[in-house]
Amino acid sequence: MQESRREFLKASVATAAASAVGMVLPKEVQAASEQGESGWRWDKSVCRFCGTGCGVMVATQNDKIIAVKGDPAAPVNKGLNCIKGYFLAKIMYGADRLTQPLLRVDASGNFSKKGKFQPVSWEKAFDVMTDKFKETYAKNGPTSVAVFGSGQYTIQEGYAALKLMKAGFRSNNIDPNARHCMASAVAGFMQTFGIDEPAGCYDDIELTDTVVTWGANMAEMHPILWSRVSDRKLTNKAKVKVVNLSTYATRTSDLADIEIIFRPNSDLAIWNYIAHEIVYNNPESIDWKYVNDNCVFTTSWVDTGFGMRNNPNHPKFKAEEKDTVAKEVSKKVSSLEAPALKPFGYDAGETMKMTHNANAAENWVIGFEEFKRGLAPYTLDYTARVAKGNPDEDIETFKKKLKALADLYIEKGRKVVSFWTMGMNQHTRGTWVNSQSYMVHMLLGKQSKPGTGAFSLTGQPSACGTAREVGTFSHRLPADMVVANPKHREHTEHIWKIPEGTINPVPGSHYVQIMRDLEDGKVKWAWVHVNNPWQDTANANHWIKAAREMDNFIVCSDAYPGISAKVADLILPSAMIYEKWGGYGNAERRTQQWRQQVTPVGEAMPDLWQYTEFAKRFTLAEVWKEWKINDKVTLPSIMDKALAMGYKPTDTLFDVLFANSEARSFRWPDPIGKGFMNTEAAGDKRNVVGSDGKVFKGYGFFIHKYIWEEYRKFGLGHGHDLADFDTYHRVRGLKWPVVNGKETQWRFNSKYDPYAKKTGRDFAFYGEFSKVIPQGTLAGPDASKPKVDLSNKAKIFMHPYMDPPEVPSEDYPLWLCTGRVLEHWHSGTMTMRVPELYRAVPEALCYMHPETAKDAGVKDGQLVWVESRRGKVKARVETRGRNRPPKSLVYVPWFDEKVYINKVCLDATCPISKQTDFKKCAVKVYKA
Amino acid sequence: MIKEKLPPLSERRRFLLQALQGIGLATLGALTWSAYLNEAKGSMLFLRPPGALKEKDFITHCIRCGLCVEACPYDTLKLARAGDNVPLGTPYFNARDIPCYMCDDIPCVPPCPSGALDAILVSKTNAKGVNQLDITKAKIGIAIVDSDQCIAYWGIQCDACFRACPLMNEAIVIDHSRNDRTGKHALLVPRIVPDICTGCGMCEKVCVTEKPSIIVLPLAVAKGKAGSNYIKGWDKGDEKRLETQESGGQTTITPTSSQKTVDYLNNEEF
Repeated sequence: MQESRREFLKASVATAAASAVGMVLPKEVQAASEQGESGWRWDKSVCRFCGTGCGVMVATQNDKIIAVKGDPAAPVNKGLNCIKGYFLAKIMYGADRLTQPLLRVDASGNFSKKGKFQPVSWEKAFDVMTDKFKETYAKNGPTSVAVFGSGQYTIQEGYAALKLMKAGFRSNNIDPNARHCMASAVAGFMQTFGIDEPAGCYDDIELTDTVVTWGANMAEMHPILWSRVSDRKLTNKAKVKVVNLSTYATRTSDLADIEIIFRPNSDLAIWNYIAHEIVYNNPESIDWKYVNDNCVFTTSWVDTGFGMRNNPNHPKFKAEEKDTVAKEVSKKVSSLEAPALKPFGYDAGETMKMTHNANAAENWVIGFEEFKRGLAPYTLDYTARVAKGNPDEDIETFKKKLKALADLYIEKGRKVVSFWTMGMNQHTRGTWVNSQSYMVHMLLGKQSKPGTGAFSLTGQPSACGTAREVGTFSHRLPADMVVANPKHREHTEHIWKIPEGTINPVPGSHYVQIMRDLEDGKVKWAWVHVNNPWQDTANANHWIKAAREMDNFIVCSDAYPGISAKVADLILPSAMIYEKWGGYGNAERRTQQWRQQVTPVGEAMPDLWQYTEFAKRFTLAEVWKEWKINDKVTLPSIMDKALAMGYKPTDTLFDVLFANSEARSFRWPDPIGKGFMNTEAAGDKRNVVGSDGKVFKGYGFFIHKYIWEEYRKFGLGHGHDLADFDTYHRVRGLKWPVVNGKETQWRFNSKYDPYAKKTGRDFAFYGEFSKVIPQGTLAGPDASKPKVDLSNKAKIFMHPYMDPPEVPSEDYPLWLCTGRVLEHWHSGTMTMRVPELYRAVPEALCYMHPETAKDAGVKDGQLVWVESRRGKVKARVETRGRNRPPKSLVYVPWFDEKVYINKVCLDATCPISKQTDFKKCAVKVYKA
Repeated sequence: MIKEKLPPLSERRRFLLQALQGIGLATLGALTWSAYLNEAKGSMLFLRPPGALKEKDFITHCIRCGLCVEACPYDTLKLARAGDNVPLGTPYFNARDIPCYMCDDIPCVPPCPSGALDAILVSKTNAKGVNQLDITKAKIGIAIVDSDQCIAYWGIQCDACFRACPLMNEAIVIDHSRNDRTGKHALLVPRIVPDICTGCGMCEKVCVTEKPSIIVLPLAVAKGKAGSNYIKGWDKGDEKRLETQESGGQTTITPTSSQKTVDYLNNEEF
């Protein structure tokens, strides 16, 4: 042990030194790290958990993962990991791994919705799954089937699932759990820049003078990045400032120079206050050259609802739920928000009718004066009144902190990075608050420059790489394209070699909508991929009933049994990360790939194989016919065009989408996989009996490489350039766009981004989405004025403060906030099976202020009910822990299925991004 | 819960103790308990309930009634059985199994009929001069970190002990330092603040290394003691140590001073 640790230290010192001077790692060092100690093999891979994207080396012996080490050559983590990454070698070997398909059956072994799970063959599993699919698909069409996708898909899995749904079944009902995680960030990027994903990279941390965290508990959620922030602070304690904005005190506060505890939702007001300070009190701080060259001032509708059902009298609602849901239709303007809404034409007490819910994303150009008028209300006094989140804090102290925060942003020459994660994304005005961060940074000319910029951090390991870049959303296609755009559909159909008109132009149901569709009986067949929708979706009581009591069929592919498996009708055992080939993309646009290290356990098979085997069950004649989508849109049959392209009606989706002649040209074995297995390509030693009842011997071609090479055609020349497959197996990831073999550190800045350079400008926000827009005022667009072309420009949005749809009241006096803890990943299906992590944090606690506990008559360690209008859970009280809420708020993490907090949460979303606000609803807490 | 196979803690503590004896730091001659206490001979590396008297006095006061064990809401406390390496019938706990959760009302102490658990030792005097139970006064033991095996010292972002500590940021604090190996990641390592640490053992319970790299040792074993001959000039409170000083002003003898003065002066040895 000691010996290998010394070796490790030696190697990491060497690589740290190498990368410090920008050297490419010599082959010998790489080779050494691969050979390692005799008896086991080291190979490069990626951490399974968060969006940081730490590189790891994986040791394999006797076809088992026996150890991991941080990859000293990985630029992100330089050989380090967090407490979860430390246990990567143990995540695959939980005693209750799913090892064979399980189907609900009756006494005679036939499928029954009310039956008990029994093991079945892969063939039987696919038979039943196919029958159930065809039953509803033939009758109700493409909108009656759905896929819950994932930000933890490998890139290849996500691409295959997307292609199967959109090219094969002509359904846009595929949406990832990433919808819960960063949809508001996406919408913020698209609205502001017309193109998705951050301008900056992690190098910003070492280059900045100021780190401001907005609703991002980086110390627990991005620990390796936090250690980089901490290191930056240590390099110059006097100069480097850290500010933490949160609705409760977190571990991230510990390092902060300033901690600002704000009232939930009032981040909207704080951003505007900073802009107010800039525009009204420090106009000389505006970088007018930057603004005039690169930006326009814009706004959008405010009467857009909160992403809830638009019918509060929907029969499935309990009586208690209705008053909150009614705000989807109309609401009274509160005295708190009235000053902010005044410039938009609303007074206190007035009823705001929600008339623009469906076109909440519509935006238009306003002048600077109109922008300034919208900012007028955000004086220090007003903002402090709206935003002070700790009832015990003195208002003057709070004001001083707000002023100090604004001063840091405004200080000439001071570099500032604003980081945010779920606090700003899980927000009923999430798209707005994301745009507001760019508003402040762009006014100051502090955006898209090294060490300065607004930087959206990502939660999941491939929310960027798969969900966003591949586009596994109900409205998206690869490389930021959308189904609603005919040119994008045409381009996609061309690359996919499918008939023109195949792709359904009507966006499908987003993630929460799929749940609502299940409840309404509109979706009758759903497949869960690499996530846990029934644990991760708010207002869960509804969705449990929808799954178990409605006439539908739910398939859950997973590695471990969680709540989603429990409510499913069929469970398919999935291979885990190191049991398959794959790639992930992290929050700084870094794409990383790995090789299959070991044989999957039991009869578990890679998700990719499950999708391609399912594709074998459908002929073109069954899927490429005429489909009615809604009252207005009917997709025409494309069979004639398909025949003209040389396809036959009896060809299967597998033949056309995944095993075509191009696919088969990627041969296996391939030199890049020498010495490694490939279950999909060649089968494996288990001789698993596959979906046709015969031993699966492999496809005979390198499907992962085929998918990669096809996928990257979408991005080449479009600002999303990725390198070829083999390159990613030689390097420690590359930040796209990768042009001429070179990665891009800062986008939109001509010094670093070849796409910006091409324009001849200093900066070019070259995204093309929503760049020709109307002109108008805060009140709305003016149809009499011509549309404006904003090519290469970004938008500075004016968005007001608004209350969230549910605020504490007499009956439900406390805010509830949910989130993660450092020790556990998401719904805990992996980490709750690692004994050491379980031991460290065996259950989710209810973090509260000691006074709140006292009011409820409970002590630390005692059980309380946490109850909302929607449901209740029991949790143990913790008043001394890592999170220290003010008296007005309680925090309950969601990893623990025994503390099923999503029964309590509200399924309101941002009307633009459709991302749920898990950070605020009203609850009461009482002794259990 | 998945039970892990761990070596019995008492064995480990005994090992540690032997190591300490080996380098002459521990004086265990004082372990002269009555005959049936031989069970624990050579080992006093177990943890007593909060408010326990010093071990010597505790043993003579404790009547093995088990009331404290019954009162513990977390099943932390156990009565020692043969083979536990703890004086038979006396209450103790293994922090790695179930630590002390530091209940505010300390339910285990008031029921003690013999004074072996002394409420005064876990009380503070409030403004009205009345004694009030205060679990933060407990001195069950003290946590120590094995900085060789603690993964935070390797640069892993762990801090599990820190976050689990009921007196987070007081009894365990995080020291930040630069990680020269990577050049851009800080080391965040736990440090125990001895005056505050109660020895509850939450840190030992949650530590994620195979054997815990942070463990609680009884105070008498773990704590050093600086003499009262030197008072910290920068710490006003430190003067308190003079109040209990025993050795101030006493004659000192070293080999150099052991000869009578005049003998030395007259011995003609140069």
